Amino acid sequence: MSEILILNGRLVDPLNNIDEPKDLLLRDGRVAAVETPGALKGAAAAEVIDAAGLVVAPGLIDVHVHLREPGQTYKETIATGTAAAAAGGFTTVVAMPNTVPVNDTVEKLAWMLAPERGSVVNLVAMPAATVGSMGVEVTDFEALRAAGAVGFTDDGKPVLEDHIMRAALVAAARVQAPVSQHAEDTRLTGGCSMNAGPMAFRLGLRGMPVEAEAKIVERDLQLLREIEKSEGLRPHLHVQHVSTTRAIEAIRSAKREGLHVTCEIAPHHFALNEEAVGDYNTHAKMNPPLRVEEDRVQMVEALLDGTADCIATDHAPHAAFEKRQEFERAPNGITGLETALGVALRVLHRAQGLSLSRIVQLMSTTPAAIVSLAGRGALGVGHYGDVVLFDAGAEWTFDANASRSKSRNTPFDGAPMLGRVRYTICEGRVVYRG
Amino acid sequence: MQKVSEEEAAAGAQRPYAEGSLLSVAHLSVDEISRILSETDRIRSLAPAERSAILRGRTVALLFYESSTRTRTSFELAAKSLGATTTLVSDKSSSIEKGESLKDTGLTLRALGAECIILRHSASGAPFVLARETGLPVLNAGDGMHEHPSQALLDLRTMLTRLRGPEAAKAVDSKALAGVTVVITGDILHSRVARSNAMLLPKLGARVILCGPEKLLPELALGLGEGVEIERDFDRALAQANVAMMLRIQRERLAGLELDLGDYIARYQLNGERLAAHAPKALVLHPGPMIRGLEISDEVADGPQSAIEEQVAHGLAVRSALLARALRAGAFGKGNA
Ligand SMILES: [Zn+2]
Repeated sequence: MSEILILNGRLVDPLNNIDEPKDLLLRDGRVAAVETPGALKGAAAAEVIDAAGLVVAPGLIDVHVHLREPGQTYKETIATGTAAAAAGGFTTVVAMPNTVPVNDTVEKLAWMLAPERGSVVNLVAMPAATVGSMGVEVTDFEALRAAGAVGFTDDGKPVLEDHIMRAALVAAARVQAPVSQHAEDTRLTGGCSMNAGPMAFRLGLRGMPVEAEAKIVERDLQLLREIEKSEGLRPHLHVQHVSTTRAIEAIRSAKREGLHVTCEIAPHHFALNEEAVGDYNTHAKMNPPLRVEEDRVQMVEALLDGTADCIATDHAPHAAFEKRQEFERAPNGITGLETALGVALRVLHRAQGLSLSRIVQLMSTTPAAIVSLAGRGALGVGHYGDVVLFDAGAEWTFDANASRSKSRNTPFDGAPMLGRVRYTICEGRVVYRG
Repeated sequence: MQKVSEEEAAAGAQRPYAEGSLLSVAHLSVDEISRILSETDRIRSLAPAERSAILRGRTVALLFYESSTRTRTSFELAAKSLGATTTLVSDKSSSIEKGESLKDTGLTLRALGAECIILRHSASGAPFVLARETGLPVLNAGDGMHEHPSQALLDLRTMLTRLRGPEAAKAVDSKALAGVTVVITGDILHSRVARSNAMLLPKLGARVILCGPEKLLPELALGLGEGVEIERDFDRALAQANVAMMLRIQRERLAGLELDLGDYIARYQLNGERLAAHAPKALVLHPGPMIRGLEISDEVADGPQSAIEEQVAHGLAVRSALLARALRAGAFGKGNA
């Protein structure tokens, strides 16, 4: 089968503790060799990529995307969403279950993951934690796990009831997968469309209090403690899109305590604050909402000190007509796959000095570990040939109209980006050239 | 070159809305406020025949998703007095197509010849959507809990006329209300009138004190801008007031927030005794509709300190100027005004 030789690049592979010039040979979809520059000169390859000046890293992994198929293909399809992923340097994405119908059975999961859907990158999924994501009855974790589920979530809403969340955590621990929680106490956020703060007051909008997020995180952490004590199990809680100081504080101390908790932060939550809502900009409307500047700073802090395990986009495409209406009526969510790396490098690497190795860790190595993707998130011999090549110093401006996603709902249209993806290679196939 | 202050620069910033729109008082510079007031005065002084030539042949649409006799009638009469043709589209008359988006309704009105849309809507920010989507000048006649800019401008004209005299109401600068304290009392949280006034009046040097219980007036209100303060004790606030602006209280809101009606009246009703004791010279305003016996007593509403009826007259005048501004007519049609 095909071979790709990547020469003269700077290999950044945190798992193998590498950040130095290396040449790579991909063969039959896998990494066949990682050598010091020049050592692979004799190797024959169908394609030779000169990666001089480029970072060569394990393909990015996004544990939180909405691909809208089945049911809402006017917003996105698996084919268009994963094309956007490839353009953003992602080689694996984890599809959320809030499709229509909700992905809550083995049959629906298999349909979503079937080759006919036309995914251009490695596609995995987290099916619903409860039937129909209604929060009442836990789905069949064992069967779903056997069919490829990498975790369970009712994303878009929380698993609200204590005993249901407890049952989900127990069932997930038995099949060694995380429960991914959208932490929002919806009893506190009815009718709310942005963060509760001075901006919401000025705009006359009802605001979601920060407690709504923290309360669910704190409740879930308490459930972990109880289950560890009473069941002898060690459930894995993954907290999605953390946005508040109080929630990240709770996670920080739970980690110190030794609980099995991981969390993600979305680029918009470490790059923007509620001021981005401006004149009712629906492209700055998502859930959880953009918070105040102090929260944004704390999200950056959590990424720097390791409290945050990974960056996830919560890519949530919506059609233009849905966003071009009254702020309170417009749906939550923004696209994010093509801007995640550019924002992360600008905000965390350039402005905060976070190393490229840590960026790759946050966007590939650790996400792979969170959803237990064997052979991904690193570039050792025998690993999948999932590679992103990017020019870490390239400055550019994101143009939403050039997006590969079907939708354009991003607050980053026209925003400065740092680091341009030149190649995305998934299992040894070039899926994007920039 | 005239020096442009930061505030002027911000107010004059490029926006994707047609010139002449009035969506938020935050968009108004002091110069623009002054121009609106002088045009208000000029239009008032015209003979009816001259006045009705200003918008002759022009078409204005009133798009009302919420009922509002007062504001709608005021805008409608203002437009007619300038000679404009008006068309009213309201959900009461069910002429708003069920389920049609605001954008599509706006585009339909534009296609029918509307050159300006006056919008009242229950969703905060709706006028921004309409202005962006139609490209027409839009006048915000009240959007959700957000703003009611024309009400704040008419309140301003009322204050200037009563406190400073009619001449002073013809033009303003950033010190026009220096030394004036305006106390706004009641349901600030849900009030678009409060927000517009609290953001407009400090631009002219006024000090704004917001007054009410925590549930109707969260500390967040301080974020409305500089020159805004909170005083929970009504008597203490009144003692500082040159203007006492009372807001309507909706009974169902008090119930929803578990506020005791009797207690509210005892603490926040503006009655004769309280006014005489703490603010015997203050001007009393109310944007209406009033609930007599709740936030304000009869004798105060009808008393000598009340300018509530005058507010209505100023509303008609100010809205005429806003329409001329929206359609680049009258003084706004000449030169770079
Ligand atoms: Zn979510």
